[in-house]
Amino acid sequence: MKTKTLTALLLTTALSSTHAQTLSDNGIKVGVLTDLSGVYSELSGQGSVKAAQMAADDFMKANKAYAGKVSVIGVDHQNKADVASNKAAEMIDRQNVDMLVDMPTSSTALAATEIGRQKKVISMVVTGGTTALTNEKCNKYTFHYAYDNYMLANGTGTAVTKRGGTSWYIIYPNYAFGQDLNRQMTAAVQENGGKLVAPSDATPFPNTDFSTYLLKAQSLKPKIFGTMQAGNDLVNVVKQYNEFGLKKQGIGLGIGLLFETDVAALGQDAYAGALATVPWFWNFDARSRQWAAKFEAAFGKKPTWAQAGVYSATMTYLNAVARAKTDTSDAVVKELEGYSFDDFFARHASIRPQDHRVLLDVHTVQVKAKADAKEPGDIFTRLSTIPAAKAFMPLSESKCKM
Amino acid sequence: MNTQLLLIQVFNGLVNGAFYAMLSLGLAVIFGMLRIVNFAHGALYMLGAFTAFALGQALGLGFWPALIIAPVLVGLLGAALERTLLSRLYGLEPSYNLLLTFGLTLLTQDLVKQVMLSRFAVSSAPYSPPEALSGVVNLGFVVFPKYRLFVIALSLVVCLLTWFVIEKTRVGSIIRASTENPSVTRAFGIDVSKWVTGVFAVGVGLAGLAGVLAAPIYSVEPYMGAELIITTFAVVVIGGLGSILGSVITGFAVGVLAAVGAAFYPPIANTLVFILMFVVLLVRPSGLFGLPEGAR
Repeated sequence: MKTKTLTALLLTTALSSTHAQTLSDNGIKVGVLTDLSGVYSELSGQGSVKAAQMAADDFMKANKAYAGKVSVIGVDHQNKADVASNKAAEMIDRQNVDMLVDMPTSSTALAATEIGRQKKVISMVVTGGTTALTNEKCNKYTFHYAYDNYMLANGTGTAVTKRGGTSWYIIYPNYAFGQDLNRQMTAAVQENGGKLVAPSDATPFPNTDFSTYLLKAQSLKPKIFGTMQAGNDLVNVVKQYNEFGLKKQGIGLGIGLLFETDVAALGQDAYAGALATVPWFWNFDARSRQWAAKFEAAFGKKPTWAQAGVYSATMTYLNAVARAKTDTSDAVVKELEGYSFDDFFARHASIRPQDHRVLLDVHTVQVKAKADAKEPGDIFTRLSTIPAAKAFMPLSESKCKM
Repeated sequence: MNTQLLLIQVFNGLVNGAFYAMLSLGLAVIFGMLRIVNFAHGALYMLGAFTAFALGQALGLGFWPALIIAPVLVGLLGAALERTLLSRLYGLEPSYNLLLTFGLTLLTQDLVKQVMLSRFAVSSAPYSPPEALSGVVNLGFVVFPKYRLFVIALSLVVCLLTWFVIEKTRVGSIIRASTENPSVTRAFGIDVSKWVTGVFAVGVGLAGLAGVLAAPIYSVEPYMGAELIITTFAVVVIGGLGSILGSVITGFAVGVLAAVGAAFYPPIANTLVFILMFVVLLVRPSGLFGLPEGAR
């Protein structure tokens, strides 16, 4: 009788432990590697940390077994690749972070995901744009969320050219991101029957004065002045584009990478009519608005698409942990690969197992004039939606060898 | 590259040249008279732009009042800095004032960033040119913003005026005497330290003025002076340390050269000034308009 009880007792403990999750140090730690002080701190930064925290809270509420077990830390990588490497390693080794997310700027994303690869920790890049992450530099532990340069160029280049913007003059900042985006944009314009009126110009980075290129555009008379600049450089380009009166001279504006904060910095009239491609915007539909309202209540500002992407990426990772019942990276990767899902941010989404590109619907948008805005922050008109399957680089072109 | 585009760029270069000239002029006056290498000059330029922006936001003051008020405020701040901090370092090694002014730069940038983020909820703000100067004008060979023409004209007037006051007037001779030989000047009953403070205030006031002028062209942000100041120091060195005429002429020349260079081969635009500095220093170590050390 005694042995029977003992065996039963042993059995139940064994059973219950296989039911329970096995988490390293009994918790899941999300590391938001971001820009807390520099030029990208407004579009990601503290807002990204807040978004990840919201995902953690919502996840714990929905999965009682994980209550109190998910924590979030935010770390500043200062937009420097070496700092990003060091901070990523420190977070993993000393703070037992199980997953890295956000990573604005391509160089820091490449640096941090390399550390993730070495230490077998999953990285979800949301704010870095380079397609290298799912090509030459792809690896088992890196996932690319929200957007990339191919999707931007493909979306905007195609949309603008098809709407009659058949001749382009393009300038780009002379570093990895800009060179990549210029290549992709040029290809997209040409594939759609457009042409470049002059070779693209590489501008110094960072740079404040773009008058030389604007005057060159005046004499070249292209239909579209394409700018691949980002952040503060983009703000200066657009400000001077207006100053030189290019719009009145019939030269339209095509923007490679546009965040809501860039529009806020100048006022939307300065951008009115410009086309861009975004993975999401807060007033896209009722589901988006609902989440955005929650974010605004918590953070005091409307979310940028980067911040919304950080929430979605964090939630996708946590759900994979719940399905795997462990936070061991190899098991979570298995759960992520090929996974299909749909949330307020990522529509018709799936994770391509061959290169870890997260596919989702994206939208070409046009910036509204202030007079057309129905409420504060209403800046985009959706022109078209590019379905997930068509928005990103086809697998046949990928150079990824995983 | 056709000649028309070249001509356009020569003309366009004068705008950036105007900023280089005004900033290096202030630096040259301050260095020439007080032997202070003012690393905070870029931050004070930014403060000029920020003050104009803040005056507009808080008091609804437009560009024209700001054009007067902001440089005066920046100048007064300069005077306070000179009295309380810099004046304690005279007679010490130059590296002390270099460290102090560099520290002030970092402090100012971060302070402005905090204020902008907490008070105005932006870290980069737009500023529009006044109504009368907005829009473009067709000059025949180029369509050019009116406001930029105004910048070229005003900076030329300011530079000429400063040069005239220092080189040709009685006030100028007192200033020069106060710094050449303070003890003799004091013996004539002149309060040298007041003049020194005044010169510093006017020098940084020029930076503030440049800042206000820059606000409608570039976006107002905490680090707008950081990049510019490096080029400006190169201009001062090329022109000859402390030479007023040298800094003005070199300022405009470097602006033109950079614009033309950028049109031919964009990646060289920001490097050109340093190549020029390298060449000039090889041939004339004291700069284009500088006197050899012994001849001062």
